Amino acid sequence: MVKFNRFTLDNGLRVIVHEDNTTPMAVLNILYDVGARDEDPEQTGFAHLFEHLMFGGSVNIPVYDEPLQRVGGENNAFTSNDITNYYITLPAANIETAFWLESDRMLSLAFSEKSLEVQRNVVIEEFKQRYLNQPYGDVWLKLRPLVYKQHPYRWATIGKTIKHIEDARIEDVKAFFKKHYNPQNAIMVVGGNVTTAQVKELAEKWFGDIPAGEKYLRNLPQEPAQTEARRETVTAKVPLNDVYIAFQMGARLDADYYAAEIVSDLLSRGNSSRLYKSLVKEKQVFSEVHAYITGSLDKGMFVLEGKPLEGVSIEQAEAALWEQIEKLKEEDVPADELTKVKNKTESTMIFAEMSLLDKAMNLAQYELLGDAEMLNQETSKYLKVTAAEVKEQARKLFRKENSSTLIYLAEK
Amino acid sequence: MINRKSAPESRAIDNIKLIKPELTELGNGCKLFCFNSGDQELVRIEWIFGNLTFDPAKPLLNMAVNTMLTDGTSSLTASEIADKIDFYGAFLQVDYGYENSQVTLYTLNKHLPKTLPVIADILNNSVFPQKELETFKRNQQQKLQVSTQKNDILARRAFNRAVYGATIFGYAAEMEDYQTLHRDDMLVHYKQMYQPSNCTIIISGKVESQTLALVTDTFGNKWINGADPAITTQPQFKPAADLFYFTERPEALQSAIRIGTPVINRSHPDFQSLQVLNTVLGGYFGSRLMANIREDKGYTYGIGSGLASFKQGGAFFLATEVGADVCKAAVAEIEKEINLLKTEPVPDDELSLVRNYMLGSTLGSLENIFSHADKFKTIYFAGLDYDYYDRYTDTVKNITSEKLIKLANTYFNFDQFYKVIVGKY
Repeated sequence: MVKFNRFTLDNGLRVIVHEDNTTPMAVLNILYDVGARDEDPEQTGFAHLFEHLMFGGSVNIPVYDEPLQRVGGENNAFTSNDITNYYITLPAANIETAFWLESDRMLSLAFSEKSLEVQRNVVIEEFKQRYLNQPYGDVWLKLRPLVYKQHPYRWATIGKTIKHIEDARIEDVKAFFKKHYNPQNAIMVVGGNVTTAQVKELAEKWFGDIPAGEKYLRNLPQEPAQTEARRETVTAKVPLNDVYIAFQMGARLDADYYAAEIVSDLLSRGNSSRLYKSLVKEKQVFSEVHAYITGSLDKGMFVLEGKPLEGVSIEQAEAALWEQIEKLKEEDVPADELTKVKNKTESTMIFAEMSLLDKAMNLAQYELLGDAEMLNQETSKYLKVTAAEVKEQARKLFRKENSSTLIYLAEK
Repeated sequence: MINRKSAPESRAIDNIKLIKPELTELGNGCKLFCFNSGDQELVRIEWIFGNLTFDPAKPLLNMAVNTMLTDGTSSLTASEIADKIDFYGAFLQVDYGYENSQVTLYTLNKHLPKTLPVIADILNNSVFPQKELETFKRNQQQKLQVSTQKNDILARRAFNRAVYGATIFGYAAEMEDYQTLHRDDMLVHYKQMYQPSNCTIIISGKVESQTLALVTDTFGNKWINGADPAITTQPQFKPAADLFYFTERPEALQSAIRIGTPVINRSHPDFQSLQVLNTVLGGYFGSRLMANIREDKGYTYGIGSGLASFKQGGAFFLATEVGADVCKAAVAEIEKEINLLKTEPVPDDELSLVRNYMLGSTLGSLENIFSHADKFKTIYFAGLDYDYYDRYTDTVKNITSEKLIKLANTYFNFDQFYKVIVGKY
């Protein structure tokens, strides 16, 4: 149970406070309701590039990191297809420094040309390091456009191509800031050794006078239901063949989301999971095999992935995966097995309460979904899923015409 | 109007308090350390064993025996072990390290009576079934094929080989090494290593008296030592004569760089000071290497440096992946930054920032009771006591820029550093 208090400033900034006096530290987490899905198809990778630029100085503070490190703080950020999240951890005694830094960059950035030039290069190196210079690194650059034809999830957060990053101009940066980085599009969580009264006062002081800005109204093309099996085979300089099968699944807030999560846990969570036991250990088809869901806010992906052992053909590998998921469509999950994945989720939620930062991030994400309190209801929703719902979900997901198969063939 | 131009007032960090463990000596030579705190009804229990002396003819034994502990006992198959652990929502991990290897159980307190016997079984009755061993070998070899396509991993392998030589620290597995792995050797290794006199148990979390009693009962007198004690000494590093290693990867978009040298370890009085110097150079986001090579030049997504410490000694190293076309330029900048530390005093402003950053980071690293146990492990297995952390705080607060120049001149000689490049140069 993660307790919290909540209030909203006049400019629309939502603030959540989680008091935890067992630690001398504090966390300030700001989630901006903008991700790669909000990008122009001709300027992909921009939300993530922008995240880098948020560290290039703000209107009154020339450098961001230095004053934070000077009071013993650390920070980082990440961008996904749905959100951009920034966080600071620092000694609670110095929490005001975090308010000062975060409010100034919400107020306005410095928009320095030098910073843009350098961060373009840094992001291009990130593109190379994580997506191009690694075996299988480009999988999401290929799989996303196979699964999505209309929705902006068809590109990865890093962007479709390096060219889009190279082309970013300072005018684009300014426009993006104006559109997305204002109090109405943000959720702030302050956690740790703080009080709600103190956070209220500091929030008013530092964020209260930031103009509300315009509310960004999201109107994205939704992905139509898939009606034909899709397939792509690439020959690449990779050491082993690799098989990906992705299925379209529901959105994060759909009622059957929890059943899909259970399906993925049954298949792939831990060494007692079906895919591992059956396909790695017993039948020895794969050296490694996984199933996971993307948990996207709009229509998501349910992904199966496995690297077949040498001597196993692609056809055999695919057939082995299909056999496992067909079983979920035909047979009821035994009660013990269902209890097992539920117990695991229950304990995972309790272990997650050991980390202040995790709690803060979770509160922000559930508030974005509609209500931070959902964090505390999560386990019970998961526990309610029945064997019949699992079967129904498997039938809904695992259809050939709902599948996108991506094969990597190792160039020998 | 508020003043947004200058930073709010801040306070110095001086409330770093470490929680120390309670020790119980079990009759069989096993030491049990207990860290009790926290609100959540759960515990982490670690069983930590010293690795046996490295045998270059059978280099995989320590790793393979540890990794395969979950693969079957005389009464449970691998799949039954996994079922039991997962059913009770617990997490079972095995971790192989250079000096020690361990088994870790994360469990809710209410399920401990069900999960603890599984660990007892693993530590008493593992059998390393032949079929599981074949699967293990095959899967490890496949993973090796993937990892050795990655430039940063190739660089790390070459660097460790050069700095540590043919020791457990410098060893990097090759495909053919898996042919030296036999079940009989594993069983002998297991019996000798996984016994109470070679084990330290560390419990952290909300440790109730029943918990402690259950662990003491299960791993006390019932757990019996074998005939031969574990021999866990490791030989000294054997650094190579050659300093430069270049592996060309014609299609690389980026080159991996790893540079460093053997250096003092944690028990040396200069170690804490060297940690400050390392932080200035490459130990945090605002470090000189990051500021220059990422934030000014844009050559890389990231660059960092660190210190490794073992009983035998330590090593300083820095690592990055840079655009293939700027690799030479990046190495030149790295050299420049290292040499600057030897001639120019670190300005007061920068030094005070680093002091506060390091103290804040120490405070922040004490997130929960597990972190207090981790701090203890660092000193305990290095043969040090809590004075180490007092010296650390003292050093960070009081070190001078003169001392840093002296250290840089003592320990950093770029010409004598090992340099590994994988990619293009």
